Order: sequence, then structure tokens, then C-alpha cells
Amino acid sequence: MNEAVLVRRIAARPAIVFDALVSEDGIASWWGPREDEAAISAKVDPRVNGTFRVRFRTADGREHECTGQFLEIEKPSRVVLSWRWAVGGEPDEVAADNISRVEFRLRPIDTGTEVTLIHSALTTEVSATSHEGGWGGAFEKLVRLYPDENKQLHP
Amino acid sequence: MYKEERLDRIFSALSDPTRRSILARLETEPRLSISDLAEPFAMTMPAVLKHLEVLSEVGLIRRSKAGRTVWVQIEAGSMKAAMDWLQRHRLFWTSSLDRLARYAEAKEREAGGKNK
Repeated sequence: MNEAVLVRRIAARPAIVFDALVSEDGIASWWGPREDEAAISAKVDPRVNGTFRVRFRTADGREHECTGQFLEIEKPSRVVLSWRWAVGGEPDEVAADNISRVEFRLRPIDTGTEVTLIHSALTTEVSATSHEGGWGGAFEKLVRLYPDENKQLHP
Repeated sequence: MYKEERLDRIFSALSDPTRRSILARLETEPRLSISDLAEPFAMTMPAVLKHLEVLSEVGLIRRSKAGRTVWVQIEAGSMKAAMDWLQRHRLFWTSSLDRLARYAEAKEREAGGKNK
């Protein structure tokens, strides 16, 4: 299992961060591949088995879309999504055909909330279950080669 | 081999520090002999050869023989497939988390720090 793990501290209480993770307005404001531009549209049904569809425009001007479902929602500590890149008419890309899993974990800290994001590349939900405990960690070790700048924010 | 299975194997190969160190050297020096590669490691030649075998199997390196010397080179394509996945998602989420922080912090200010 390939995992990208990022940790970020945010100067806002967990309930507020949680709302940003599941609300349409929130997701539209912050999901996106570019620093200067968030999603161009977002349709979100934030309940277990509810779907989301978010569109982006990348630097090359092309539009990309990601879709998926909310698999688990535990306010205000955890959200798990299935995730699939849907790139209309785009040439084959890494993981373009695959469903992956995105998990957000929220932990209260003195300055607000610590968010841990785990994006795991998986072929199917079935293999997600069977891979657990098997591949886990390999990618994480690789990621540690590129330590994340853990920004400390002040309220 | 399916793309996903291949990626899994590449990441598995990359999970070992000795193998990462070998790849790191090959990234700065385009071609090294096996004995050059083995030199910095406190391990036996068979152990080093085993690591090279793993890297070669998943296509991260390429070996070629010239006379009595076996040369080792990095195979950029495989490395790129693995790095693309990593980069794509890391860039996406790093940039997104920056905006999440700004968004949530603005909401926190609107809430006026009440009921903390």
C-alpha cells in the first residue's frame, strides 16, 4: 500500500476544521492542486455513503475531477473518503484508474487542531482491507525522506 | 504486470534504507560498478548483490556488463512512476492544507474564539 502522509497544525478548534472537511463551501474553498486557485466546483453530500464531485483546473489549463464517497464520518475527529481521479479524455496517468482512500484525523491541541492526512493508493476497497497491515508503512518511510514542513500557526 | 501491482513492488523495494541509499548514489553518479556501489556499506558482497537484485527486478536499476565489470545505472522511468504518484498527491494536499488552514482560521476568527 502506498501512502502519502501529511500533518498540519491549524489554529482553529476541531469542530470548525471538521466542518471545513465535510461542507460544500469548505471543500470548494480548500481542495485543489494549485496554491492560487481552489476547486472550480464542488458537489458534496456529507453523510456516510454520500458522494462528492469536485472539479479543478491545473496549471496546464486542463480540468480534472475527483469523485468518491464518504466512507466514515465521526464528528469532530475523523473523516474517511474513497477517492478516484476522473480525468475526461486525459491520457493514462499514474493511479488514474484506481480508487484510493483518504483519511483525515483531527486531534485537539493547545493551539487548535492537528490534522493528519493519509492518502493511500489502492486498487479496490476489497484490497484495502486485505492489504491493511501488509504494505502499510513502506511508503510512509519513503515519505520521511522528504520531511514535511510542519507549519506552526498561531491563533 | 499491472500498473498498480508494479507500483506496490516499487514502493516495497524503496522501503529499505540500503536500497534507497544505493539509488541516491546512482542519482548523482550516472553509472557505478558493483564494487563502487558496495564500498560504503558494511555488508558482504552477496548482501549488496541481493539488494541490487531486488532493485533490478522492479526495474529501478539496469545492469550491464562490460568486460569483467558490471555497471549499474538508475532506470529513470520506474522511479518516475513512483515519484509521480507521491508528488502528485503530496503537492495536491500540501497546497490544499495551506488553504484549509486559512479557511478554518478565518472561520475561527469569525466565531471569535468563543466556546473553545
